[in-house]
Amino acid sequence: MTAAEAPSAPRLTAVTPAGSPWLGFGRLLRAEWTKIRSVPSTVWSLLTFVIVAVGFSTLIATVIAHDWNAPGNHPNHAKLLTDPTAVIFGAGLGLGQLAICVLGAIVITSEYTSGTIRASLLAVPNRIPMLTAKAVVFAALDFVVSAITVFAVFFITTAILHSHVSITLSQPGVTRAVIGAILYLTVLGLFALAIGGLIRHTAGAIAVVIATVIVVPPLVSLIPGTIANHIHGYLPTVAGELVAQTSQQSGDVLSGWQGFGVFCLWTAVLLVACGWLLVRRDA
Amino acid sequence: MAEAPGVIEAKELTKRFGDKVAVDHLSFTVEPGRVTGFLGPNGAGKSTTMRLILGLDRPQSGTATIGGLTYHQLARPLQTVGALLESRSLHPGRSARNHLLYLAETQGIPARRADEVLDLVGLRAVARKRVGGFSLGMTQRLGMAAAMLGDPLVLLLDEPVNGLDPEGIRWVRTFMQQLAGQGRTVFVSSHLMSEMSVTADYLIVIGRGRLIADSTTQEFIQRSSERSVLVRTPDPGPLGELITGQGGTIASQDSLDGVTSLVVTGLPAPRIGELAASASVVLYELTPRLASLEEAFMELTADSVEYGDTAKARQGRRQEERSVR
Repeated sequence: MTAAEAPSAPRLTAVTPAGSPWLGFGRLLRAEWTKIRSVPSTVWSLLTFVIVAVGFSTLIATVIAHDWNAPGNHPNHAKLLTDPTAVIFGAGLGLGQLAICVLGAIVITSEYTSGTIRASLLAVPNRIPMLTAKAVVFAALDFVVSAITVFAVFFITTAILHSHVSITLSQPGVTRAVIGAILYLTVLGLFALAIGGLIRHTAGAIAVVIATVIVVPPLVSLIPGTIANHIHGYLPTVAGELVAQTSQQSGDVLSGWQGFGVFCLWTAVLLVACGWLLVRRDA
Repeated sequence: MAEAPGVIEAKELTKRFGDKVAVDHLSFTVEPGRVTGFLGPNGAGKSTTMRLILGLDRPQSGTATIGGLTYHQLARPLQTVGALLESRSLHPGRSARNHLLYLAETQGIPARRADEVLDLVGLRAVARKRVGGFSLGMTQRLGMAAAMLGDPLVLLLDEPVNGLDPEGIRWVRTFMQQLAGQGRTVFVSSHLMSEMSVTADYLIVIGRGRLIADSTTQEFIQRSSERSVLVRTPDPGPLGELITGQGGTIASQDSLDGVTSLVVTGLPAPRIGELAASASVVLYELTPRLASLEEAFMELTADSVEYGDTAKARQGRRQEERSVR
């Protein structure tokens, strides 16, 4: 910034009014992709997810295989035969999903805590298309990383358990469960993103998402009675996880796809609320 | 309705935060081809007004338009309006170039334009560094680069010289004048009258969200600058009565070490000298003074300073001004 360099003279044309706010949605997708890939938190959250998911699944599978003939291991045998993916995905994805929750929330709260939201809204004053582009780009990234991770977990763990029990994609419900796990993790990211957009503070949003995923369900399940059992069954992630099971278990209120539908409904309602508030609140 | 493309127009803008009125039925027009200063004490509503023009905040009533359109109606807003906000609007983990790149992509602006504006503000060398490590001055420059990204017709700059060193301040000044010279609209806010007096061709002055003055800088200075005369004498005797008898006013009077100082308004210095001679009053000093622009501004906005007492605000502002110089 030595001598003031003047830019060339501007185009003194009339100001043009916008057509539909959805015109140029492709540009918004591209910009959101640049945004999400250019911050370190994205890389760290996704790396954490992959390492925790693959690492813990491998560990658990190794322990089960090693202790196969040890006394007291029978519940795992039975479970592996009736609902193999629940065992395979249980530990690794159950823990790894928290990284997806964190990233989903941060994708939107970091715009508020850093003030980037103002720069973003100056560029794209129509807030609903901006939120939609953000959700689409994040969901796509989440889907791809989840697909790679879920298949990796499936093939690694089944290989470890191979000498004791054979689990393949062709067995009834297994492929559905694997696809279901990927879809569950994708919608989970959007669920966290919506909560992030509603709360707008990183710490608060992460606390609420994590509480919803791992604190509330066990608390509700402590309440005795069938009503509490139904409430528990309809909680967002409790319902959502059902689609990653090979078959409906006794005590499940909903079937796999029903549960996933309930989870999608929760997420959709939160996203709509998020958009509604985004348009009405001062940025 | 066809309006001149670069005209900013605020009509009866009103914004309340809870029961506090930030902007109160504010109307003004900003014309292209000149630098328009937006002046007011801290908390006068300058930033809020700019945010209302930019569609970041929603007014309770009134409208703000650019070339006859609201900000939301602009097709590719960054190619019409470039804005530098007072509050930070950068992700600390993102590089300067990526910040500009995503903004360019939203408008369909080619990526090389990001490099061009980085050159323009002298940040090319740190283009790929994370902005979290930038100084306030570098952050301001990146903000200017973002404002220039779409080669806009209209520039809204909220306190652009904040945090800049003297060289940076001079750069921003020259830059704004060049942009206005090209026929662009430059609307720049500041709480420093001295800064505006050398930068702006036209002034819009607000206090407590209301319009106080709307005129060329020259008119504003002439209208607001009050002449006074400092008179120092060991014994004023009847001088005070003579002055008031001739239509003058004693603005202030105090004594120190046997010398009385009078500040007189409404009478020229030669006339006061004649009066003193006629009454045989000894004068040690007779000095005509022009109130500084900053003082004039302070007087004008004294009633509208939002926080604290005026004297304290005045002192604070002087210190701030000194540090800017």
